[in-house]
Amino acid sequence: MNGNGRGLIELDDLRKVYDTGKTTVEALRSITLTVRENEFVSIMGPSGSGKSTLMNIIGCLDTASSGSYRLKGEEVSDLDRDRLAEIRNQRIGFIFQNFNLLPSLTAFENVELPLLFKGAPTRERRERTEHLLGQVGLADRMKHRPTELSGGQMQRVAIARALACDPDIILADEPTGNLDTTSGKDIIGLFEELHHAGRTLVVITHDQAIARRTKRIVHIQDGLITSDGPALQG
Amino acid sequence: MKLVLHLFRRATRIQVKRMVMTVMALTWGTISIVLLLAFGEGLQRNMARNQKGMGEGIVVVWPGESEKAFQGLPAGRRIRMRPEDVQYALENIPEIAAASGEMRQWGIQITYGRKSVNNRAFGVEPSYGDLRAHYPEAGGRFINAADMRERRRVLFIGNELRDELFGEGGEAVGKVVLLNRIPFTVIGVLKKKMQMGMYSGPDANRVTMPLTTFAALFGRTTLNNLVYKPADPARTEAVRKQFFAAMGKKLRFHPEDTRAFYLWDTVKTQGMMTNILFGIKVFLGVIGGLTLLIGGVGVANIMYAVVKQRTVEFGILMALGARRSAIMGPLILETLFLTALGGLFGIGIGAALVQLLGWLQGMAKSEAMQFLGKPTFSATLAIVTVAILGIIGFLAGYFPARRATSIQPAQVLRYE
Ligand SMILES: Nc1ncnc2c1ncn2[C@@H]1O[C@H](COP(=O)(O)OP(=O)(O)O)[C@@H](O)[C@H]1O
Ligand SMILES: [Mg+2]
Repeated sequence: MNGNGRGLIELDDLRKVYDTGKTTVEALRSITLTVRENEFVSIMGPSGSGKSTLMNIIGCLDTASSGSYRLKGEEVSDLDRDRLAEIRNQRIGFIFQNFNLLPSLTAFENVELPLLFKGAPTRERRERTEHLLGQVGLADRMKHRPTELSGGQMQRVAIARALACDPDIILADEPTGNLDTTSGKDIIGLFEELHHAGRTLVVITHDQAIARRTKRIVHIQDGLITSDGPALQG
Repeated sequence: MKLVLHLFRRATRIQVKRMVMTVMALTWGTISIVLLLAFGEGLQRNMARNQKGMGEGIVVVWPGESEKAFQGLPAGRRIRMRPEDVQYALENIPEIAAASGEMRQWGIQITYGRKSVNNRAFGVEPSYGDLRAHYPEAGGRFINAADMRERRRVLFIGNELRDELFGEGGEAVGKVVLLNRIPFTVIGVLKKKMQMGMYSGPDANRVTMPLTTFAALFGRTTLNNLVYKPADPARTEAVRKQFFAAMGKKLRFHPEDTRAFYLWDTVKTQGMMTNILFGIKVFLGVIGGLTLLIGGVGVANIMYAVVKQRTVEFGILMALGARRSAIMGPLILETLFLTALGGLFGIGIGAALVQLLGWLQGMAKSEAMQFLGKPTFSATLAIVTVAILGIIGFLAGYFPARRATSIQPAQVLRYE
């Protein structure tokens, strides 16, 4: 196993069944996985294997059907809505394939949102937002709306937003899936920087080249982990 | 809170057309509830006033025929009340607060100068003035004890009869009129009143004189009827029994002989009327409320559509850590804002219409319009309307907002 320190994410026999009335889909069958602090993990697997389902549960965007999920030792599966909202707000930074920026807000306002939900004072919000947008190289795009930005820029806004409340862990579901190769490389470069700065990252990807730049690769197939080991540094 | 306002401001920017329609629907609903309730209120006030026209809480008694044989007297005997029986009743039934005998004669010719009218004359006692709401216009008075004692030839005349004889609003007090050629002095004119209940004709076009004068003039010894008022309106039934018992002893009929007197208990009929009016008001209120509810359903519908359109946005907000209240708050605020706007317009327009209708009604002199009463917009009414609006606004926002936030963010953010 890679990484040091205690388990930041501990999944034990996690299962997820989607019941759509007519059919039921066993998206996750028995997932047991530990991610430690400052790990940089990639998750790979064919389409429909359950990667997003797993990521959503880790990100508290969905709940498991059974099994246990502990985040920093705290059992998450039996928390109430508001507590989950708080975890999503302050402990998790989620990055989506399609960015999920609010189109009516500027880059600045998008990054500011999590800080608003946290209840941070105006001044702190402004300073933090400006700092983060600077960090992802968008200091000169703060007043732009998402439609006025390129895909790579949008994803960088999303990353800044994910970092807003200084989360314990960054989760990214195919963050480069909608980007051209160059922009994708930029994003991975950003992730590496974050990893070196001590952050914990879990990234879903299809791209071997990207996976090789992480420290650990987990393979999933049909809702089961088929392999889990250190990435071969290329 | 700041966040709620922040999100609210953005939310209100969209859906302008829909919002205008919603506000219009709510305005219409509010107008109808205001109008209906105002009419109900006006009707009730009018009825209450008209009811008092004949006097408040009185019982009118007509003598009948005995049905039961009693103390050797046969059944089917006519009961006769004499003027002194009134005093007897007052002395023997402490629960009767006031009473007056009443005599009546039809077809009296009343003449002033060259004008002459044919109408009814009544003989009553001084207490009759309060009992039967015979209040005088300024400058006049009702029959008093001295009139009675001295059998004065004085006359209290109805306001409409005055109008006929002396011209509309003409000075009558102090003038001498002829009653079947016998001169009488007018001492007072009945103050105009709306009278709903009546027996032997309206009070406005008759003449009234002291009972003693009447008895002497027409050679009468028996009363046509008697009017009494129980001290406690809640005890009219008990007082009625006491009346039968006391009068039975005096006039010699069985105390439970229900045919001996015929009674009109206005307390009972007024109670019934109050219930009917309350029913009408509730009915009007329910119709108005339903109209408003339709507006409310419209708002809820719009909110559902808004929510549906914005599910992804809410999903993102929840993924970023928005609590349920941070999303529900602005939505509820939005509907409350819409209802407040609709309510404001509705109450404003409704109140203006009420004023206008009241004014139009004042112009129109028709009896039917007067009976309907002037629509009245009261504070209670405003509070009721606002309360209904508030509840509707809250519910119309609450349920769509609740639905919007009851899903997992992942459900709406799924992306293939
Ligand atoms: N909300 C849902 N309802 C029903 N089935 C779902 C839902 N989300 C995912 N699935 C199914 O679960 C399986 C795993 O999906 P997902 O986790 O999105 O896979 P991946 O991200 O690896 O492509 C798929 O078969 C998918 O169709
Ligand atoms: Mg996926």
